[in-house]
Amino acid sequence: MGLLQPETGLLIWMVIAFGVVFIVVAKFGFPVILRAIESRKKFIDSSLDAAHAAEKQVAETGEKVRQLLTEAEQQRAQMLKEVAETREQLLQAARKAADVEGERLMTEARNRAEAERQAILRDARQQVALLAIAVSEKMLRAQLPDSAAQTLLDGRLIDELQNQTNKK
Amino acid sequence: MKRLITLLLLVVCLPIFAAGSEGGEIDTKEIVLEHLGDSYEWHITTVGDHHISIPLPVIVHSKTSGWHCFSSSRLHGGTEFEGFRLAEDGEYAGKVVEIQADGSETRPFDISITKTVAALLINSIIVIALVMGAARAYRRRKVDAEAPRGLAGLIEMVVDYLLDDLIKPCAGPNYRRFAPYLLTVFFFILLNNLMGLIPFFPGGANVSGNIAVTFVLALATFLMVNLFGSKHYWKDIFWPELPILLKAPVPIIPVIELVGIFTKPFALMIRLFANMMAGHAVILSLTCVIFVTASLGPVINGSMTVVSVAFSIFMNCLELLVAFLQAYVFTMLSAVFIGLAQEGKQETEQE
Repeated sequence: MGLLQPETGLLIWMVIAFGVVFIVVAKFGFPVILRAIESRKKFIDSSLDAAHAAEKQVAETGEKVRQLLTEAEQQRAQMLKEVAETREQLLQAARKAADVEGERLMTEARNRAEAERQAILRDARQQVALLAIAVSEKMLRAQLPDSAAQTLLDGRLIDELQNQTNKK
Repeated sequence: MKRLITLLLLVVCLPIFAAGSEGGEIDTKEIVLEHLGDSYEWHITTVGDHHISIPLPVIVHSKTSGWHCFSSSRLHGGTEFEGFRLAEDGEYAGKVVEIQADGSETRPFDISITKTVAALLINSIIVIALVMGAARAYRRRKVDAEAPRGLAGLIEMVVDYLLDDLIKPCAGPNYRRFAPYLLTVFFFILLNNLMGLIPFFPGGANVSGNIAVTFVLALATFLMVNLFGSKHYWKDIFWPELPILLKAPVPIIPVIELVGIFTKPFALMIRLFANMMAGHAVILSLTCVIFVTASLGPVINGSMTVVSVAFSIFMNCLELLVAFLQAYVFTMLSAVFIGLAQEGKQETEQE
């Protein structure tokens, strides 16, 4: 049967056609594709590895960050406590200082008031003395028209004054 | 859907109207065999009595008058040209023959671009274009770029699938060396099979269902297996580890093994050829049912047309599967034979 006999011409053409296809495609076509596929596979594998490593690192970093946070928290609490203590101390000191100052001011004020009172008293006494002298002078001028009486009175007055001074 | 039904009804009705007017017997066998065989022109269609076909170059070498190259249209209708004509019957029916001085017909050395050769060349160009197109897309691509789309992506998918499921497990540790060959064979056969299913130019030729084509493919696998076979492989053929009586005085097993070297590619050749040829024959026969039943009256013809179209659609779907399957099987068996011949070889390529 004709179908089962290979034609010589067709055989030759087939050898040429398949040969050319094979040489071109197997030399310049498929190696490129195979290499690309392989390198991409490798790239995907390495990328996966890198991703895993990164994930691990991220987890580690997270742990570290958490640690840092707790530490910071502790530090903050410590600092707050210290600050509170310091504040308390300062307040106490201030209160004490204020007390002392108040005391001092009070004493000073009291002293000044006392001095003022003394001065006023002295002044008043002097005025009273002057007034008394003036009054007695007037009375004496009226009662003692003569010099004898005057001299007598003078003597008495001087005595009196001397007594007063002595009393003092 | 409605339109589809209308269209189908129309298709059914057409032969009913035609049935009455047309007469004459239809030789199904001749139609089928004509298609399965080769021809010097590519018949596309027939409008009325006028055949539309592409004439192909006839290239023949005569012992007496040397090389001749002319268009096949010159031989149309049995006319003689430069001492050649198409034999009508006899041993060389349908072939170009040289008319000798004594009136006898001899067959010249014929390397004409026949229909099969033309289809083969077209398909080869398509294969090269496809693969090189995909390879070009990869050449400029960086490793970390995203996977290619379109054609290159399709080729990659098939290549990746074949590489992982077929070549790596079958062809042994040296698979990298044979992968390009196996992939070439796969794409070559697949494309020829698929192009054969397209019912009009430039497809429709019975390329992979031609024994010369499958013969060369099987020969290529034969060479690949035996040229790169390992010492272990040859030792297993000529001096296998068996009781000495089986190989010493009368070399029974070595003879069987030696025959096996040739039967393996022979089976490859016949399998691909028979499968593809049978597919073409079945589809053509189913189509011929329409024309054969034309003489049996409109009703039978109409109903048989429906049956024929339905079966043809089914067969075409099946042939799509077969087209892939035969390419796959050929590649797989080639890979297995290569893998067997590689046994005992160390992995030479370390990557």
